[in-house]
Amino acid sequence: MTNLSSAPRTQTPRMRPRFGWFSDRWIAVSFLTPTMLLLLFMTVFPLIWSLYLSFTEWSVARNTREAPVWVGTQNYVDLLTNERTWERFVVTGQFVVPAVVIELVLGFAVAMLLNRKFAGRGALMTGLLIPMMLSPVVVALFWRFMMQGDGVLNYYIEAVLGVPPVQWLTGRSVALWSLVLVDVWMWTPFMMLISLAGLSAVPKYLYEAAAVYRASAWFRFRHITLPMVTPLLLIAIIFRMMDAYKLFDQAFVLFGLGGGPGRSAQTAALYIYQVAFDQFNTGEGSALGYIMLVVIIALANIFIRVLNQAKTGQ
Amino acid sequence: MASLDMQQVSKSFGRTKALSELTLSIKDGEFLILLGPTGAGKTTTLRCVAGLEKPETGTISINRENVVGLSPAERDVAFVFQSYALYPRKTVFENMAFPLQARRLSPQEITRQVEEIASKLRITELLQRRPTELSGGQQQRVALGRAMVRRPQVFLMDEPLTNLDFKLRVEMRAELKRLQKELGATFFYVTNDQVEAMSMADRIAILDHGKLQQVDVPEDVYSRPANQFVAAFVGSPRMNFMPCSVDSSQRRLVGSGWHMVLAGDALERLSKGSGLRYVFGVRAEDVQVTREANHETIAGKVYVTEPLGDRTLLDIQLGETMMKVKVPATFVTHPGETLHLRFDAQRFHLFDQQSGETIV
Repeated sequence: MTNLSSAPRTQTPRMRPRFGWFSDRWIAVSFLTPTMLLLLFMTVFPLIWSLYLSFTEWSVARNTREAPVWVGTQNYVDLLTNERTWERFVVTGQFVVPAVVIELVLGFAVAMLLNRKFAGRGALMTGLLIPMMLSPVVVALFWRFMMQGDGVLNYYIEAVLGVPPVQWLTGRSVALWSLVLVDVWMWTPFMMLISLAGLSAVPKYLYEAAAVYRASAWFRFRHITLPMVTPLLLIAIIFRMMDAYKLFDQAFVLFGLGGGPGRSAQTAALYIYQVAFDQFNTGEGSALGYIMLVVIIALANIFIRVLNQAKTGQ
Repeated sequence: MASLDMQQVSKSFGRTKALSELTLSIKDGEFLILLGPTGAGKTTTLRCVAGLEKPETGTISINRENVVGLSPAERDVAFVFQSYALYPRKTVFENMAFPLQARRLSPQEITRQVEEIASKLRITELLQRRPTELSGGQQQRVALGRAMVRRPQVFLMDEPLTNLDFKLRVEMRAELKRLQKELGATFFYVTNDQVEAMSMADRIAILDHGKLQQVDVPEDVYSRPANQFVAAFVGSPRMNFMPCSVDSSQRRLVGSGWHMVLAGDALERLSKGSGLRYVFGVRAEDVQVTREANHETIAGKVYVTEPLGDRTLLDIQLGETMMKVKVPATFVTHPGETLHLRFDAQRFHLFDQQSGETIV
């Protein structure tokens, strides 16, 4: 055997590039680190810390120099046995369900109307999307302005319809519906946008087949349009449900922390804010926050299950 | 069942002329295939007949009744789409039953008719499934079934076999042809696959750039193409083309490096004069290949051999042109060998170089 090391080297010598240290991995790490740190301190840490606080008796305003007192599940027991907590969730539901349903029906209907070619479609679409692009606080502010007792809404109701004025912001039975109205005005465009995306994705040939085979308009809607669009609509509903469920800004601007007449429009989010940052019962507020989180996760899971069923075709 | 008649049908999309003055008749019970390359206007033709597009001019009659202006539903046609267009959320049975339900037949009658058609198409065991659970071939059968339950006047089929794999396509060809004869139905079928057209059609209509090129029985389309386009489009491998001129004093065709003596009255049909004004066309199987040279043969070098099993396809280089010829599988050769080709004075085509029209 000859000495292997004397064999001629066929391999080219490894180059040492100038930016050798600048590897893909290094780039990935350097891009991700700031985001990860931010997430860690702004989201992950508060999440865990508030979970701990929810098992303690502590106030961020009153007990700054004392350690939180561990009370076990006492906060949760108190909250879940307190009728007021349930009331807040019921009120939230009474807002979320009508708001999302109306947004869905209206948005889908408008999308059906817009799902064709006509002059000025682009401009009309842009116009319709404006509410969605505004800040919720701004939206709530001008609606509060319009909904005041002597506001423009009541002026038109009296002058045009000849109906007595509505106590938009102060009526016990009306307040929550005012909130629904504002939310519908703001978020119907979102439903319309998603519906339109779904509608334009339905293959044309299905409608053509229906035309050749004498399908009625109802059949086309029921057996072509609806099943093809449903998965997207469900996603839109999940988004809107979760968003509406934690509604705070519009309700706060329209009714303040108390949630309007007799708390009739105090949503769960408002209530949490009141407990945590008005009464400064930090421990109890954290517990309430976690209850809300669990409800949202449960709701989302139910919808995702329905969504998957819809996708696989029942 | 019914006849279909199109007279001077024209259709444009914006500035693109999709169909220009198309005139085409399909007899009652005929299987007519509209053949042409992508973008020739085949699908547009079919959609005009179905009522999914409105032609700008011309008349379309089904059973001698003008249907232009009628909605698709009023025309009593069935349309089989390339993408099948089955309703995704309905079972196979519901998909097939639907056209009957629209006619308000009794449930028992609907079930009976659907089951009859399903057994004909051999999809009885699929009736309770949904389209997404079926293979392409099965979906295609369901789409056919949905078309058949209505017993329409005319079946319109838009490349129904294109999305199937090769083996299934070959099977379905025979199946479709059998079905058509069994039903005695009028089939107007669109495809860009010339093999499909040759194997199934009673007559083939060839379309290019919205203009009808030729309508004939498959044998004639193949052996008597109306022009160079048809000659090139039909047949595999493609027909060989070489420019040539006529030497009338010696009664022969002259190309670069080859010539062929003309027989019979062929010469009389050619105009006088010389110059490279014609295109000589010959199919791969009409060229004789030998190893002995004589005054009638042209020498060429084997470039590539493609064994097909029963035959071997040779690419032979003749000067600057490449020619495809078919030889028996027993004829063994190898690239680089010089072979001699002889053209048959009976089996060739001559086209006008300007217009592409067939001369001989």
